[in-house]
Amino acid sequence: MSDTAIKHAPFVRQEYTRDVQVPASIGEVKRALPILERLWNMDMVRRISILVLLAIIWETYARWSANPLLFPTFTDTMEAWWSGIISGVIPARLVVTLRMLLTGYALGLALAAVFVTLAVSTRFGTDLLSTLTSMFNPLPAIALLPLALLWFGLGAPSIIFVIVNSVLWAVALNTHAGCTAVSETLRMAGQTFGLKGFRYVTKILMPAAFPAILSGLKIGWAFAWRTLIAAELVFGVSSGSGGLGWYIFENRNLLDTANVFAGLLTVMAVGLVVEGVIFRTIEIKTIRRWGMQH
Amino acid sequence: MLAIEGPPAGNADGYTDTEQLTQIMQQPRVVTGISTAPDAQASGATPLVRAHGVTLQYKTPDHLVTATYRVSFDIFPGERYVILGPSGCGKSTILKAIAGFLKPVEGSFTLKGKPVTGPGPDRLMVFQEFDQLLPWKTVLGNVMFPMLENGVSRADSERRAREALTKVNLGDFVDVYPHMLSGGMKQRCAIARAMAMKPDVLMMDEPYAALDALTRRKMQDELLQLWNDIRFTLVFVTHSIEEAVILGSRILVLSPHPGQVRAELNSPGFAYDARSGAAFHELVQKISFMLFGDRGGSH
Repeated sequence: MSDTAIKHAPFVRQEYTRDVQVPASIGEVKRALPILERLWNMDMVRRISILVLLAIIWETYARWSANPLLFPTFTDTMEAWWSGIISGVIPARLVVTLRMLLTGYALGLALAAVFVTLAVSTRFGTDLLSTLTSMFNPLPAIALLPLALLWFGLGAPSIIFVIVNSVLWAVALNTHAGCTAVSETLRMAGQTFGLKGFRYVTKILMPAAFPAILSGLKIGWAFAWRTLIAAELVFGVSSGSGGLGWYIFENRNLLDTANVFAGLLTVMAVGLVVEGVIFRTIEIKTIRRWGMQH
Repeated sequence: MLAIEGPPAGNADGYTDTEQLTQIMQQPRVVTGISTAPDAQASGATPLVRAHGVTLQYKTPDHLVTATYRVSFDIFPGERYVILGPSGCGKSTILKAIAGFLKPVEGSFTLKGKPVTGPGPDRLMVFQEFDQLLPWKTVLGNVMFPMLENGVSRADSERRAREALTKVNLGDFVDVYPHMLSGGMKQRCAIARAMAMKPDVLMMDEPYAALDALTRRKMQDELLQLWNDIRFTLVFVTHSIEEAVILGSRILVLSPHPGQVRAELNSPGFAYDARSGAAFHELVQKISFMLFGDRGGSH
Protein backbone atom coordinates (compact mmCIF):
# COMPACT_ATOMS: atom_id res chain seq x y z
CA MET A 1 0.00 0.00 0.00
CA SER A 2 2.74 2.41 0.85
CA ASP A 3 4.51 1.46 -2.37
CA THR A 4 1.56 2.54 -4.48
CA ALA A 5 1.29 5.71 -2.46
CA ILE A 6 4.86 6.56 -3.33
CA LYS A 7 4.31 5.86 -7.02
CA HIS A 8 1.32 8.15 -7.10
CA ALA A 9 3.08 11.09 -5.48
CA PRO A 10 3.08 13.75 -8.21
CA PHE A 11 6.55 15.18 -7.63
CA VAL A 12 9.23 15.43 -4.98
CA ARG A 13 9.65 18.75 -3.24
CA GLN A 14 12.84 20.13 -1.83
CA GLU A 15 13.41 19.77 1.92
CA TYR A 16 14.75 22.65 3.93
CA THR A 17 15.71 23.67 7.47
CA ARG A 18 16.01 27.19 8.76
CA ASP A 19 17.36 29.05 11.76
CA VAL A 20 14.74 31.05 13.62
CA GLN A 21 15.41 34.63 14.68
CA VAL A 22 16.03 35.31 18.34
CA PRO A 23 13.00 37.12 19.84
CA ALA A 24 15.05 40.24 20.60
CA SER A 25 15.76 40.84 16.93
CA ILE A 26 12.06 40.73 16.02
CA GLY A 27 11.53 43.98 17.92
CA GLU A 28 8.12 44.59 19.42
CA VAL A 29 6.80 41.32 20.85
CA LYS A 30 4.48 42.69 23.51
CA ARG A 31 2.78 46.11 23.71
CA ALA A 32 0.41 47.57 26.28
CA LEU A 33 -3.14 48.16 24.99
CA PRO A 34 -4.42 51.75 24.82
CA ILE A 35 -5.72 53.07 28.16
CA LEU A 36 -9.36 53.30 26.99
CA GLU A 37 -9.37 49.70 25.84
CA ARG A 38 -7.88 48.59 29.14
CA LEU A 39 -10.54 50.56 31.06
CA TRP A 40 -13.29 49.03 28.97
CA ASN A 41 -11.89 45.59 29.75
CA MET A 42 -12.66 46.13 33.43
CA ASP A 43 -16.00 44.63 34.54
CA MET A 44 -16.61 47.41 37.02
CA VAL A 45 -16.25 50.17 34.43
CA ARG A 46 -18.64 48.50 32.02
CA ARG A 47 -21.21 47.87 34.73
CA ILE A 48 -21.09 51.38 36.14
CA SER A 49 -21.51 52.82 32.68
CA ILE A 50 -24.67 50.73 32.28
CA LEU A 51 -25.99 52.16 35.55
CA VAL A 52 -25.20 55.71 34.43
CA LEU A 53 -26.94 55.11 31.12
CA LEU A 54 -30.04 53.79 32.91
CA ALA A 55 -30.07 56.82 35.23
CA ILE A 56 -29.92 59.16 32.23
CA ILE A 57 -32.80 57.39 30.49
CA TRP A 58 -34.81 57.50 33.72
CA GLU A 59 -34.20 61.22 34.26
CA THR A 60 -35.06 62.07 30.66
CA TYR A 61 -38.27 60.07 30.67
CA ALA A 62 -39.40 61.42 34.06
CA ARG A 63 -38.81 65.02 33.00
CA TRP A 64 -40.62 64.45 29.76
CA SER A 65 -43.66 62.83 31.41
CA ALA A 66 -43.60 65.44 34.22
CA ASN A 67 -45.75 63.43 36.61
CA PRO A 68 -43.94 63.12 39.96
CA LEU A 69 -46.85 61.20 41.48
CA LEU A 70 -46.46 58.30 39.05
CA PHE A 71 -42.83 58.60 38.03
CA PRO A 72 -40.52 60.87 40.04
CA THR A 73 -37.27 61.95 38.45
CA PHE A 74 -33.99 60.27 39.22
CA THR A 75 -32.76 63.34 41.09
CA ASP A 76 -35.93 63.51 43.24
CA THR A 77 -35.55 59.84 44.08
CA MET A 78 -31.92 60.30 45.02
CA GLU A 79 -32.87 63.24 47.21
CA ALA A 80 -35.58 61.20 48.92
CA TRP A 81 -33.16 58.32 49.33
CA TRP A 82 -30.46 60.52 50.77
CA SER A 83 -32.80 62.19 53.26
CA GLY A 84 -34.18 58.77 54.17
CA ILE A 85 -30.67 57.57 54.90
CA ILE A 86 -29.66 60.76 56.75
CA SER A 87 -32.77 60.70 58.93
CA GLY A 88 -32.01 57.10 59.81
CA VAL A 89 -35.39 55.76 58.68
CA ILE A 90 -34.12 53.62 55.83
CA PRO A 91 -31.15 52.19 57.77
CA ALA A 92 -33.46 51.28 60.67
CA ARG A 93 -35.88 49.52 58.32
CA LEU A 94 -33.00 47.81 56.59
CA VAL A 95 -31.70 46.47 59.90
CA VAL A 96 -35.11 45.00 60.75
CA THR A 97 -35.32 43.38 57.33
CA LEU A 98 -31.78 42.04 57.34
CA ARG A 99 -32.07 40.59 60.81
CA MET A 100 -35.14 38.64 59.77
CA LEU A 101 -33.51 37.63 56.55
CA LEU A 102 -30.31 36.33 58.13
CA THR A 103 -32.24 34.35 60.73
CA GLY A 104 -34.32 32.70 58.04
CA TYR A 105 -31.34 32.15 55.75
CA ALA A 106 -29.25 30.55 58.49
CA LEU A 107 -32.10 28.30 59.59
CA GLY A 108 -32.74 27.30 55.99
CA LEU A 109 -29.09 26.45 55.42
CA ALA A 110 -28.89 24.38 58.60
CA LEU A 111 -31.95 22.38 57.61
CA ALA A 112 -30.58 21.97 54.09
CA ALA A 113 -27.34 20.61 55.55
CA VAL A 114 -29.32 18.02 57.52
CA PHE A 115 -31.31 16.94 54.47
CA VAL A 116 -28.25 16.73 52.23
CA THR A 117 -26.28 14.74 54.79
CA LEU A 118 -29.17 12.29 54.93
CA ALA A 119 -29.39 12.22 51.15
CA VAL A 120 -25.72 11.52 50.49
CA SER A 121 -25.49 8.83 53.14
CA THR A 122 -28.64 6.78 52.56
CA ARG A 123 -30.79 5.88 49.60
CA PHE A 124 -33.90 6.60 51.62
CA GLY A 125 -32.56 10.08 52.33
CA THR A 126 -32.04 10.65 48.61
CA ASP A 127 -35.62 9.67 47.87
CA LEU A 128 -36.90 11.79 50.74
CA LEU A 129 -35.02 14.85 49.57
CA SER A 130 -35.95 14.49 45.92
CA THR A 131 -39.62 13.93 46.74
CA LEU A 132 -39.79 16.88 49.11
CA THR A 133 -37.91 19.19 46.75
CA SER A 134 -40.10 18.29 43.82
CA MET A 135 -43.13 19.05 46.02
CA PHE A 136 -42.02 22.30 47.61
CA ASN A 137 -39.53 23.84 45.17
CA PRO A 138 -42.12 24.82 42.54
CA LEU A 139 -44.39 26.22 45.26
CA PRO A 140 -43.81 29.96 45.70
CA ALA A 141 -42.84 30.28 49.35
CA ILE A 142 -45.06 33.32 49.68
CA ALA A 143 -48.06 31.07 49.00
CA LEU A 144 -47.44 29.54 52.42
CA LEU A 145 -47.82 32.93 54.11
CA PRO A 146 -51.58 32.65 54.81
CA LEU A 147 -50.93 29.31 56.46
CA ALA A 148 -47.94 30.68 58.35
CA LEU A 149 -50.05 33.58 59.62
CA LEU A 150 -52.57 31.07 60.89
CA TRP A 151 -49.90 29.01 62.66
CA PHE A 152 -47.52 31.65 63.93
CA GLY A 153 -49.63 34.81 63.94
CA LEU A 154 -48.67 38.25 62.71
CA GLY A 155 -45.00 38.65 63.35
CA ALA A 156 -41.46 37.62 62.67
CA PRO A 157 -41.96 33.85 63.07
CA SER A 158 -44.35 33.75 60.12
CA ILE A 159 -41.95 35.61 57.88
CA ILE A 160 -39.04 33.47 58.98
CA PHE A 161 -41.09 30.38 58.24
CA VAL A 162 -41.65 31.40 54.64
CA ILE A 163 -38.01 32.45 54.24
CA VAL A 164 -36.83 29.06 55.47
CA ASN A 165 -39.12 27.48 52.94
CA SER A 166 -37.75 29.56 50.11
CA VAL A 167 -34.11 28.86 51.04
CA LEU A 168 -34.20 25.24 52.11
CA TRP A 169 -35.29 23.50 48.92
CA ALA A 170 -33.22 25.49 46.47
CA VAL A 171 -30.06 25.08 48.53
CA ALA A 172 -30.64 21.41 49.32
CA LEU A 173 -31.35 20.59 45.68
CA ASN A 174 -28.20 22.30 44.44
CA THR A 175 -25.92 20.95 47.14
CA HIS A 176 -27.13 17.43 46.64
CA ALA A 177 -26.77 17.67 42.87
CA GLY A 178 -23.24 18.99 43.40
CA CYS A 179 -22.31 16.14 45.73
CA THR A 180 -23.57 13.46 43.36
CA ALA A 181 -21.68 15.08 40.49
CA VAL A 182 -18.28 14.76 42.18
CA SER A 183 -16.16 12.62 39.89
CA GLU A 184 -15.63 8.98 40.75
CA THR A 185 -11.86 9.47 40.37
CA LEU A 186 -11.77 12.19 42.98
CA ARG A 187 -13.87 10.09 45.35
CA MET A 188 -11.57 7.10 44.93
CA ALA A 189 -8.51 9.31 45.34
CA GLY A 190 -9.93 10.59 48.62
CA GLN A 191 -10.64 7.08 49.82
CA THR A 192 -7.19 5.77 48.99
CA PHE A 193 -5.82 8.52 51.26
CA GLY A 194 -7.71 6.80 54.05
CA LEU A 195 -10.48 9.40 54.40
CA LYS A 196 -13.78 8.11 55.71
CA GLY A 197 -17.09 9.43 57.05
CA PHE A 198 -17.15 13.02 58.25
CA ARG A 199 -13.59 13.82 57.15
CA TYR A 200 -14.33 12.44 53.70
CA VAL A 201 -17.43 14.63 53.39
CA THR A 202 -15.79 17.83 54.64
CA LYS A 203 -12.42 17.41 52.93
CA ILE A 204 -13.38 15.84 49.63
CA LEU A 205 -17.10 16.03 48.86
CA MET A 206 -17.85 19.56 50.07
CA PRO A 207 -14.92 21.34 48.37
CA ALA A 208 -15.43 19.30 45.21
CA ALA A 209 -19.11 20.22 45.17
CA PHE A 210 -18.44 23.82 46.13
CA PRO A 211 -19.37 25.40 42.78
CA ALA A 212 -22.83 23.83 43.05
CA ILE A 213 -23.07 24.69 46.74
CA LEU A 214 -22.20 28.31 46.05
CA SER A 215 -24.74 28.60 43.27
CA GLY A 216 -27.28 27.08 45.68
CA LEU A 217 -26.39 29.71 48.27
CA LYS A 218 -26.85 32.45 45.67
CA ILE A 219 -30.21 31.16 44.51
CA GLY A 220 -31.29 30.66 48.11
CA TRP A 221 -30.26 34.21 48.94
CA ALA A 222 -32.20 35.65 46.01
CA PHE A 223 -35.29 33.61 46.88
CA ALA A 224 -35.09 34.62 50.53
CA TRP A 225 -34.69 38.31 49.72
CA ARG A 226 -37.63 38.31 47.30
CA THR A 227 -39.84 36.32 49.62
CA LEU A 228 -39.07 38.56 52.55
CA ILE A 229 -39.88 41.83 50.76
CA ALA A 230 -43.05 40.29 49.37
CA ALA A 231 -44.10 39.03 52.80
CA GLU A 232 -43.46 42.44 54.35
CA LEU A 233 -45.55 44.07 51.66
CA VAL A 234 -48.45 41.77 52.49
CA PHE A 235 -48.71 42.45 56.16
CA GLY A 236 -45.90 44.81 56.89
CA VAL A 237 -45.45 45.53 60.53
CA SER A 238 -44.11 42.90 62.81
CA SER A 239 -43.95 43.61 66.49
CA GLY A 240 -44.22 47.35 66.04
CA SER A 241 -41.33 48.01 63.65
CA GLY A 242 -41.56 47.40 59.96
CA GLY A 243 -38.88 46.51 57.47
CA LEU A 244 -38.15 47.77 53.98
CA GLY A 245 -41.24 46.18 52.47
CA TRP A 246 -43.37 48.01 54.97
CA TYR A 247 -41.52 51.25 54.21
CA ILE A 248 -42.47 50.88 50.54
CA PHE A 249 -46.06 50.01 51.39
CA GLU A 250 -46.39 52.91 53.83
CA ASN A 251 -45.08 55.50 51.42
CA ARG A 252 -47.34 54.26 48.67
CA ASN A 253 -50.27 54.89 50.99
CA LEU A 254 -48.96 58.41 51.56
CA LEU A 255 -48.59 58.80 47.77
CA ASP A 256 -44.96 59.71 48.37
CA THR A 257 -43.75 58.01 45.22
CA ALA A 258 -40.18 59.26 45.48
CA ASN A 259 -39.85 57.43 48.78
CA VAL A 260 -41.38 54.30 47.26
CA PHE A 261 -38.66 54.46 44.63
CA ALA A 262 -36.06 55.07 47.33
CA GLY A 263 -37.26 51.94 49.14
CA LEU A 264 -37.10 49.91 45.94
CA LEU A 265 -33.62 51.24 45.23
CA THR A 266 -32.51 50.13 48.68
CA VAL A 267 -33.81 46.64 47.99
CA MET A 268 -31.90 46.56 44.72
CA ALA A 269 -28.77 48.06 46.26
CA VAL A 270 -28.65 45.39 48.95
CA GLY A 271 -29.15 42.74 46.29
CA LEU A 272 -26.33 44.20 44.20
CA VAL A 273 -23.95 44.46 47.13
CA VAL A 274 -24.55 40.89 48.29
CA GLU A 275 -24.35 39.48 44.77
CA GLY A 276 -21.62 41.76 43.43
CA VAL A 277 -19.41 42.08 46.47
CA ILE A 278 -19.95 39.25 48.94
CA PHE A 279 -20.69 36.34 46.61
CA ARG A 280 -18.30 37.62 43.97
CA THR A 281 -15.45 37.82 46.46
CA ILE A 282 -16.14 34.28 47.62
CA GLU A 283 -16.26 33.18 44.01
CA ILE A 284 -12.96 34.81 43.08
CA LYS A 285 -11.22 33.49 46.17
CA THR A 286 -12.47 29.95 45.69
CA ILE A 287 -13.86 28.40 42.55
CA ARG A 288 -12.28 30.85 40.08
CA ARG A 289 -8.87 30.44 41.62
CA TRP A 290 -9.36 26.68 41.58
CA GLY A 291 -10.32 26.75 37.91
CA MET A 292 -13.72 25.24 38.63
CA GLN A 293 -15.47 28.19 36.99
CA HIS A 294 -14.23 30.48 34.26
CA MET B 1 17.43 -22.37 46.84
CA LEU B 2 17.19 -20.75 43.46
CA ALA B 3 20.05 -19.90 41.23
CA ILE B 4 20.37 -16.28 40.27
CA GLU B 5 19.68 -17.16 36.64
CA GLY B 6 16.61 -19.19 37.53
CA PRO B 7 13.06 -17.94 37.38
CA PRO B 8 12.15 -15.43 40.09
CA ALA B 9 11.33 -16.95 43.44
CA GLY B 10 7.63 -16.27 43.26
CA ASN B 11 7.15 -18.64 40.39
CA ALA B 12 8.53 -21.73 42.00
CA ASP B 13 5.43 -22.25 44.06
CA GLY B 14 2.45 -20.43 45.37
CA TYR B 15 0.16 -21.02 42.47
CA THR B 16 -3.17 -22.63 43.18
CA ASP B 17 -4.73 -25.44 41.19
CA THR B 18 -6.84 -23.01 39.28
CA GLU B 19 -3.75 -21.23 38.17
CA GLN B 20 -2.25 -24.43 36.90
CA LEU B 21 -5.45 -24.99 34.97
CA THR B 22 -4.93 -21.81 33.06
CA GLN B 23 -1.33 -22.75 32.54
CA ILE B 24 -2.36 -25.75 30.51
CA MET B 25 -2.49 -23.37 27.60
CA GLN B 26 1.25 -23.79 27.19
CA GLN B 27 2.24 -20.74 29.05
CA PRO B 28 5.63 -19.59 27.88
CA ARG B 29 8.09 -18.91 30.64
CA VAL B 30 10.88 -17.00 29.14
CA VAL B 31 13.42 -15.61 31.50
CA THR B 32 15.67 -13.02 30.06
CA GLY B 33 17.96 -10.44 31.51
CA ILE B 34 17.74 -11.39 35.16
CA SER B 35 20.40 -8.79 35.80
CA THR B 36 17.79 -6.06 35.62
CA ALA B 37 15.34 -7.87 37.88
CA PRO B 38 15.04 -6.28 41.32
CA ASP B 39 17.39 -7.57 43.98
CA ALA B 40 14.60 -8.39 46.39
CA GLN B 41 13.27 -10.98 44.03
CA ALA B 42 16.52 -12.80 43.61
CA SER B 43 17.14 -12.87 47.33
CA GLY B 44 14.05 -15.00 47.85
CA ALA B 45 11.85 -12.35 49.41
CA THR B 46 8.22 -13.03 50.14
CA PRO B 47 5.63 -11.57 47.80
CA LEU B 48 4.28 -8.13 48.67
CA VAL B 49 0.94 -8.57 46.95
CA ARG B 50 -0.64 -11.94 46.37
CA ALA B 51 -3.72 -12.75 44.36
CA HIS B 52 -5.17 -16.20 45.06
CA GLY B 53 -7.62 -17.43 42.44
CA VAL B 54 -9.42 -14.11 42.30
CA THR B 55 -12.75 -13.93 40.51
CA LEU B 56 -14.10 -10.42 40.23
CA GLN B 57 -17.61 -9.47 39.26
CA TYR B 58 -19.40 -6.18 39.00
CA LYS B 59 -22.98 -5.22 38.41
CA THR B 60 -24.40 -3.13 35.64
CA PRO B 61 -28.10 -2.24 35.94
CA ASP B 62 -28.97 -5.29 33.82
CA HIS B 63 -26.15 -7.76 34.19
CA LEU B 64 -23.73 -9.31 36.58
CA VAL B 65 -20.46 -9.19 34.68
CA THR B 66 -17.54 -11.46 35.44
CA ALA B 67 -14.47 -9.34 34.87
CA THR B 68 -11.75 -11.81 35.79
CA TYR B 69 -11.85 -15.55 36.40
CA ARG B 70 -9.60 -17.20 38.97
CA VAL B 71 -6.60 -15.01 38.49
CA SER B 72 -3.52 -15.66 40.62
CA PHE B 73 -0.23 -13.82 40.69
CA ASP B 74 2.45 -12.61 43.07
CA ILE B 75 4.07 -9.21 43.10
CA PHE B 76 7.47 -8.92 44.75
CA PRO B 77 8.98 -5.87 46.38
CA GLY B 78 10.74 -3.65 43.90
CA GLU B 79 9.12 -5.18 40.85
CA ARG B 80 7.69 -3.19 38.00
CA TYR B 81 4.68 -5.42 37.54
CA VAL B 82 2.62 -4.71 34.47
CA ILE B 83 -0.87 -6.07 34.01
CA LEU B 84 -1.49 -6.21 30.29
CA GLY B 85 -4.57 -7.20 28.39
CA PRO B 86 -7.05 -6.15 25.75
CA SER B 87 -9.75 -3.73 26.82
CA GLY B 88 -12.47 -5.44 28.81
CA CYS B 89 -10.19 -8.09 30.28
CA GLY B 90 -10.69 -6.74 33.77
CA LYS B 91 -7.19 -5.37 34.32
CA SER B 92 -8.40 -2.10 35.80
CA THR B 93 -10.86 -4.07 37.89
CA ILE B 94 -7.98 -6.07 39.32
CA LEU B 95 -6.22 -2.85 40.25
CA LYS B 96 -9.35 -1.48 41.90
CA ALA B 97 -9.63 -4.70 43.85
CA ILE B 98 -6.02 -4.47 45.05
CA ALA B 99 -6.82 -0.90 46.07
CA GLY B 100 -9.73 -2.30 48.07
CA PHE B 101 -12.63 -0.75 46.19
CA LEU B 102 -13.97 -4.10 45.13
CA LYS B 103 -14.34 -7.40 46.96
CA PRO B 104 -13.54 -10.59 45.06
CA VAL B 105 -16.43 -13.05 44.86
CA GLU B 106 -13.89 -15.85 44.98
CA GLY B 107 -10.29 -15.90 46.10
CA SER B 108 -8.49 -13.13 47.93
CA PHE B 109 -5.83 -10.47 47.80
CA THR B 110 -3.21 -10.13 50.46
CA LEU B 111 -0.78 -7.31 51.07
CA LYS B 112 2.26 -8.30 53.14
CA GLY B 113 0.33 -11.40 54.17
CA LYS B 114 -2.71 -9.48 55.43
CA PRO B 115 -5.97 -9.65 53.51
CA VAL B 116 -7.01 -6.48 51.71
CA THR B 117 -10.28 -5.21 53.18
CA GLY B 118 -10.64 -1.64 51.99
CA PRO B 119 -8.84 1.31 50.47
CA GLY B 120 -5.91 2.66 52.43
CA PRO B 121 -2.88 4.90 52.13
CA ASP B 122 -0.48 1.93 51.93
CA ARG B 123 -1.60 1.35 48.34
CA LEU B 124 -1.80 4.60 46.44
CA MET B 125 -3.18 4.83 42.97
CA VAL B 126 -2.48 7.11 40.05
CA PHE B 127 -5.53 7.20 37.83
CA GLN B 128 -5.86 7.72 34.11
CA GLU B 129 -8.12 10.73 34.54
CA PHE B 130 -6.61 14.17 34.94
CA ASP B 131 -9.20 15.18 37.55
CA GLN B 132 -7.64 13.12 40.32
CA LEU B 133 -5.93 16.19 41.77
CA LEU B 134 -7.91 18.24 44.25
CA PRO B 135 -8.66 21.43 42.31
CA TRP B 136 -8.92 23.52 45.48
CA LYS B 137 -5.34 22.81 46.52
CA THR B 138 -2.11 23.94 44.96
CA VAL B 139 0.35 21.44 43.56
CA LEU B 140 2.22 21.44 46.86
CA GLY B 141 -1.04 21.25 48.82
CA ASN B 142 -2.12 18.27 46.76
CA VAL B 143 1.09 16.38 47.42
CA MET B 144 1.01 17.23 51.12
CA PHE B 145 -2.67 16.39 51.60
CA PRO B 146 -2.50 12.60 52.01
CA MET B 147 0.49 12.89 54.34
CA LEU B 148 -1.23 15.50 56.53
CA GLU B 149 -4.36 13.36 56.66
CA ASN B 150 -2.30 10.43 57.84
CA GLY B 151 -0.50 12.06 60.69
CA VAL B 152 2.74 13.20 59.09
CA SER B 153 3.78 16.52 60.58
CA ARG B 154 3.40 19.67 58.48
CA ALA B 155 7.13 20.30 58.24
CA ASP B 156 7.87 16.72 57.27
CA SER B 157 5.13 16.57 54.68
CA GLU B 158 6.28 19.80 53.12
CA ARG B 159 9.86 18.61 52.90
CA ARG B 160 8.84 15.26 51.43
CA ALA B 161 6.39 16.93 49.05
CA ARG B 162 8.99 19.37 47.73
CA GLU B 163 11.45 16.51 47.31
CA ALA B 164 8.96 14.41 45.36
CA LEU B 165 7.94 17.36 43.21
CA THR B 166 11.54 18.10 42.35
CA LYS B 167 11.99 14.46 41.36
CA VAL B 168 9.12 14.68 38.87
CA ASN B 169 10.40 18.04 37.55
CA LEU B 170 7.59 20.10 39.04
CA GLY B 171 9.85 22.01 41.43
CA ASP B 172 8.96 25.34 39.83
CA PHE B 173 5.23 24.79 39.98
CA VAL B 174 4.57 24.15 43.66
CA ASP B 175 2.24 27.12 44.17
CA VAL B 176 0.21 26.64 41.04
CA TYR B 177 -3.34 25.27 41.01
CA PRO B 178 -3.90 22.05 39.05
CA HIS B 179 -6.09 23.64 36.39
CA MET B 180 -3.08 25.63 35.18
CA LEU B 181 -1.04 22.48 34.51
CA SER B 182 -0.90 20.49 31.30
CA GLY B 183 -2.09 16.90 31.25
CA GLY B 184 1.41 15.50 31.61
CA MET B 185 2.19 17.82 34.51
CA LYS B 186 -1.02 16.80 36.26
CA GLN B 187 0.00 13.15 35.97
CA ARG B 188 3.47 13.99 37.29
CA CYS B 189 1.89 15.75 40.24
CA ALA B 190 -0.33 12.73 40.92
CA ILE B 191 2.75 10.48 40.78
CA ALA B 192 4.60 12.80 43.16
CA ARG B 193 1.62 12.79 45.52
CA ALA B 194 1.64 9.02 45.59
CA MET B 195 5.43 8.72 45.86
CA ALA B 196 5.71 11.20 48.73
CA MET B 197 3.46 8.99 50.84
CA LYS B 198 5.96 6.15 50.42
CA PRO B 199 3.25 3.54 49.92
CA ASP B 200 4.00 -0.19 49.89
CA VAL B 201 2.68 -0.35 46.36
CA LEU B 202 2.29 2.37 43.78
CA MET B 203 -0.54 1.51 41.43
CA MET B 204 -1.06 3.13 38.08
CA ASP B 205 -4.17 2.66 36.03
CA GLU B 206 -3.20 3.53 32.45
CA PRO B 207 -1.84 6.85 33.68
CA TYR B 208 -0.48 7.87 30.30
CA ALA B 209 -3.36 6.71 28.13
CA ALA B 210 -4.83 10.21 27.86
CA LEU B 211 -1.51 11.85 26.99
CA ASP B 212 -0.14 12.64 23.57
CA ALA B 213 2.47 10.25 22.19
CA LEU B 214 5.47 12.53 22.76
CA THR B 215 4.56 13.33 26.34
CA ARG B 216 3.81 9.68 26.99
CA ARG B 217 7.25 8.59 25.87
CA LYS B 218 8.87 11.23 28.03
CA MET B 219 6.79 10.22 31.03
CA GLN B 220 7.65 6.55 30.56
CA ASP B 221 11.34 7.34 30.63
CA GLU B 222 10.87 9.58 33.66
CA LEU B 223 9.02 6.82 35.47
CA LEU B 224 11.84 4.38 34.77
CA GLN B 225 14.35 6.95 35.98
CA LEU B 226 12.31 7.48 39.13
CA TRP B 227 12.16 3.74 39.73
CA ASN B 228 15.90 3.55 39.25
CA ASP B 229 16.35 6.21 41.95
CA ILE B 230 13.93 4.87 44.53
CA ARG B 231 13.17 1.24 43.61
CA PHE B 232 9.54 1.30 44.66
CA THR B 233 7.07 -1.46 43.86
CA LEU B 234 5.01 -0.55 40.85
CA VAL B 235 1.83 -2.15 39.57
CA PHE B 236 1.02 -0.74 36.19
CA VAL B 237 -2.05 -1.44 34.08
CA THR B 238 -1.92 -0.87 30.36
CA HIS B 239 -3.39 -2.10 27.11
CA SER B 240 -0.31 -1.12 25.12
CA ILE B 241 2.09 -3.97 24.52
CA GLU B 242 4.98 -1.59 23.83
CA GLU B 243 4.34 0.29 27.04
CA ALA B 244 4.26 -2.99 28.97
CA VAL B 245 7.55 -4.13 27.48
CA ILE B 246 9.21 -0.75 28.05
CA LEU B 247 8.04 -0.23 31.61
CA GLY B 248 7.64 -3.69 33.07
CA SER B 249 10.15 -5.97 34.67
CA ARG B 250 7.45 -8.60 34.74
CA ILE B 251 4.35 -8.70 32.59
CA LEU B 252 1.10 -10.46 33.41
CA VAL B 253 -0.74 -11.13 30.17
CA LEU B 254 -4.49 -11.51 30.57
CA SER B 255 -6.82 -13.12 28.06
CA PRO B 256 -9.82 -11.22 26.69
CA HIS B 257 -13.04 -11.04 28.66
CA PRO B 258 -13.37 -12.55 31.20
CA GLY B 259 -9.73 -12.05 32.08
CA GLN B 260 -7.68 -15.14 32.85
CA VAL B 261 -3.95 -15.41 33.20
CA ARG B 262 -2.45 -16.16 29.81
CA ALA B 263 1.20 -15.77 30.70
CA GLU B 264 3.69 -14.10 32.96
CA LEU B 265 6.75 -12.86 31.13
CA ASN B 266 9.92 -11.07 32.06
CA SER B 267 11.02 -7.99 30.24
CA PRO B 268 14.74 -7.29 30.36
CA GLY B 269 14.14 -3.56 30.34
CA PHE B 270 14.80 -1.80 27.09
CA ALA B 271 16.78 1.37 27.01
CA TYR B 272 15.57 3.97 24.58
CA ASP B 273 17.80 2.96 21.68
CA ALA B 274 17.15 -0.75 22.22
CA ARG B 275 13.49 -0.22 21.42
CA SER B 276 14.12 -0.44 17.72
CA GLY B 277 16.12 -3.64 18.16
CA ALA B 278 15.18 -7.20 17.34
CA ALA B 279 14.79 -8.40 20.93
CA PHE B 280 12.23 -5.71 21.63
CA HIS B 281 10.19 -6.55 18.57
CA GLU B 282 10.40 -10.24 19.25
CA LEU B 283 8.90 -9.81 22.71
CA VAL B 284 6.23 -7.47 21.41
CA GLN B 285 5.36 -9.92 18.66
CA LYS B 286 5.19 -12.79 21.10
CA ILE B 287 2.77 -11.01 23.39
CA SER B 288 0.83 -9.78 20.43
CA PHE B 289 0.45 -13.35 19.21
CA MET B 290 -0.67 -14.48 22.67
CA LEU B 291 -3.35 -11.84 22.81
CA PHE B 292 -4.62 -11.82 19.28
CA GLY B 293 -3.40 -15.03 17.69
CA ASP B 294 -2.81 -14.83 13.93
CA ARG B 295 -5.02 -11.83 13.47
CA GLY B 296 -2.83 -9.56 15.49
CA GLY B 297 0.37 -10.21 13.59
CA SER B 298 1.27 -6.58 13.47
CA HIS B 299 0.92 -4.39 16.49
